[in-house]
Amino acid sequence: MNETTPAREVMEYDVVIVGAGPAGLACAIRLKQLKQDLMVAVLEKGAEVGAHILSGAVIEPGALDELIPGWQDNPPPVCIPVGQDELSFLTSASRYRLPTPPQQKNHGNFVVSLGALCAWLAPQAEALGVDIFPGYAAAGIHFADDGSVGGVIVGDMGVGLDGEPKDTYMQGIEIHAPLTVLAEGCRGHLSKLLINRFNLDAGSDPQVYGVGIKELWQVESGKCRPGLVQHSIGWPLDKNTYGGSFIYHMDKDRVAVGFVCALDYADPEFSPFEAFQQFKHHPSVKPLFAGGEILSGGARTIVEGGAQSLPRVEMPGALLIGDAAGLLNLPKIKGTHQAIRSGMLAAKHVTEMDTGEGFDEALRASAIMRELHKVRNVRPGFNKGLWRGLITAAIETVTAGKLPRTLHNHADHSTLRNLQNTKAVDRQWVERDLIPRDRLASVYFAGTEHDEDQTVHLQILEPEVCITRCGEEYGHPCTRFCPAQVYEMVADEVDENGQSAAGKHLQINAANCVHCKTCDIKDPYQIINWVTPEGGSGPNYQNL
Amino acid sequence: MRILVGIKRVVDYNVRIRVKPDGSGVDTDGVKMSINPFDEIGLEEALRIREAGRAEEVVVVSVGGDECQQQLRTGLAMGADRAIQVSTADSLQPLSLARVFLKLVEKEQPGLVILGKQAIDGDNSQTGQMLAALWDRPQATFASGLDLTGDTATVIREVDAGLETIEVDLPAVITVDLRLNEPRFVKLPDIMKAKRKPLDVIALDELGVSAENDIQVTQHTSPPQREKGILVEDAAQLVTELKNRGLV
Repeated sequence: MNETTPAREVMEYDVVIVGAGPAGLACAIRLKQLKQDLMVAVLEKGAEVGAHILSGAVIEPGALDELIPGWQDNPPPVCIPVGQDELSFLTSASRYRLPTPPQQKNHGNFVVSLGALCAWLAPQAEALGVDIFPGYAAAGIHFADDGSVGGVIVGDMGVGLDGEPKDTYMQGIEIHAPLTVLAEGCRGHLSKLLINRFNLDAGSDPQVYGVGIKELWQVESGKCRPGLVQHSIGWPLDKNTYGGSFIYHMDKDRVAVGFVCALDYADPEFSPFEAFQQFKHHPSVKPLFAGGEILSGGARTIVEGGAQSLPRVEMPGALLIGDAAGLLNLPKIKGTHQAIRSGMLAAKHVTEMDTGEGFDEALRASAIMRELHKVRNVRPGFNKGLWRGLITAAIETVTAGKLPRTLHNHADHSTLRNLQNTKAVDRQWVERDLIPRDRLASVYFAGTEHDEDQTVHLQILEPEVCITRCGEEYGHPCTRFCPAQVYEMVADEVDENGQSAAGKHLQINAANCVHCKTCDIKDPYQIINWVTPEGGSGPNYQNL
Repeated sequence: MRILVGIKRVVDYNVRIRVKPDGSGVDTDGVKMSINPFDEIGLEEALRIREAGRAEEVVVVSVGGDECQQQLRTGLAMGADRAIQVSTADSLQPLSLARVFLKLVEKEQPGLVILGKQAIDGDNSQTGQMLAALWDRPQATFASGLDLTGDTATVIREVDAGLETIEVDLPAVITVDLRLNEPRFVKLPDIMKAKRKPLDVIALDELGVSAENDIQVTQHTSPPQREKGILVEDAAQLVTELKNRGLV
């Protein structure tokens, strides 16, 4: 928009929270519990609260007990007590049971749908007087005159593919607030912008990530064992790629299955989506799903960096909480309790101090950080492969992280090997016959929807690099790491002289995007910039 | 003039619907619900008529449980002046709905009733027509163009043969089609304003309309799965394969 654009309408709040996930909603609820007269707004880019939430999820109930005492009397719609834990190591043909590490013992925990849990939290926040606006994306930051964060700019609606306003154009408003709380989840686009602008990660390791792909299945009657929690490591990943599977048995013959791959993998030919689908075809897994149907599916990245990758979580006028900061406890494979606690802590700090200043210190002195500190060396231990990683994990677990050392994390986008130096890996992958057939069939289950006549929300900063350098060096890994097949290399069209052009170009199927952020993270040149599309666009997850 | 607009809460058009395993209906657990898209177009048209100065008030009506207040609030945020929820736990069929609307018409005396041409869940396309008959007023269905002059409405209808232009006397029932307009986005401050607009709840019994349905739905089933196809080498093989299957 140019300078003649009229000034945006402004709404004033005391606190504006970006993202109605567990961190954002917990923060909103606790703010109102502590100080009823605070004006609190929550913006959510999903069409509904929970529409963009995807998690396993097994949660620890402690944080919810603190936030909403007695919540179990009125539990979220999907909430099954964990019965039994199983951890296995897979080879392509066999399964070996491993002892369950203490962090993964889930007695007293619950299998939930995090999306449904957030949709259950939202009306409780509204009952306290929080204004939640689903379908409205925080597209930009409003900076106050002194350079501090002064609120957010809600995205314009009705801007065409060409960047020009359409008939339905509606200018987004600004929400001004003395405090902005970023609760966007993993790799939030505004969080990324602010971390860079305020240099918040100057004193920390780069953040590292994984991508989780999940499906919710309705299995054949009699196969589901409610409360059973199964995890696996090993095949279909090679020993240098960190990750594993989860299968959570829920109620009503529903089973959640998913696969998480660390994004520091080295093989440019690797496809996390294919690894997940292969896992479902393991001889010990496939019978569970044969004859069943998929109810919903999608993908989302998670933060894995832990304590040493945690950036400063405060800046003038704003705070980072939950996975926007990066608080997930990887050895536990859980972040929800950390997200909720960080939201509550931010609320407590702000109501007591009347400012966000000092929150970084408060967070680092809290139980949230102690939990991360204890397990800080587990994830980087796996940089040396599966076996050495397991040994490090065992040592760190036994010593409770007391050894005076901290291993370091390396940025995921720097780990791809050049194609010339990569030997094709024999992954012993099998021919598949379970649904979905491919990524396009899979996206269908995400219910993702974008008005195609809108500005492409995946910005390629240097398009020529895709064709030239990336093709030679890595063979276009974006066409493989994206779980929704947003990126495709297609042949250039035949010109008017009938000459077939030898070249190809990158086609971005932005409407397929499920907002997982893998591309923004893994692109080796860091030239893909994910920004939010129109509010209400994106996946419409059901019970993920 | 007052315009009455019906809006129905339906499963969002982007959602992949699924029949419940026991065949008793469509699974709406955790499913996104929205205003029926045709009704939203109807509401947009009503708002444009009011903004053009040809109507004073737009009233949105929904029939159902308290959950449909969410859609009524969205209607108010789009710009409707007030809302009426006819409260019932039952799922009403078109004839009962038409009777409900007739009662509201008697009460509100609108100059125009605008409804979607059909709801995307039941696909009945009957309520508007039945209301016009019960009310004994003209109807103009499948409208893709609408112009009001004095006491008449000129309506372009989308019919099988193409476009048909008719003129109807007001008051009338108009049901709207997809191409009539593109509904506006809701402005965020208007969501706040909508919270303060009046939303009246009337119990179905109060209107004296029975929820009893004339048609009983016995079973819901998914369409049969398409069988896996084969690739044929040439026309000869195609013919052979078709013959083998007894199709030619």
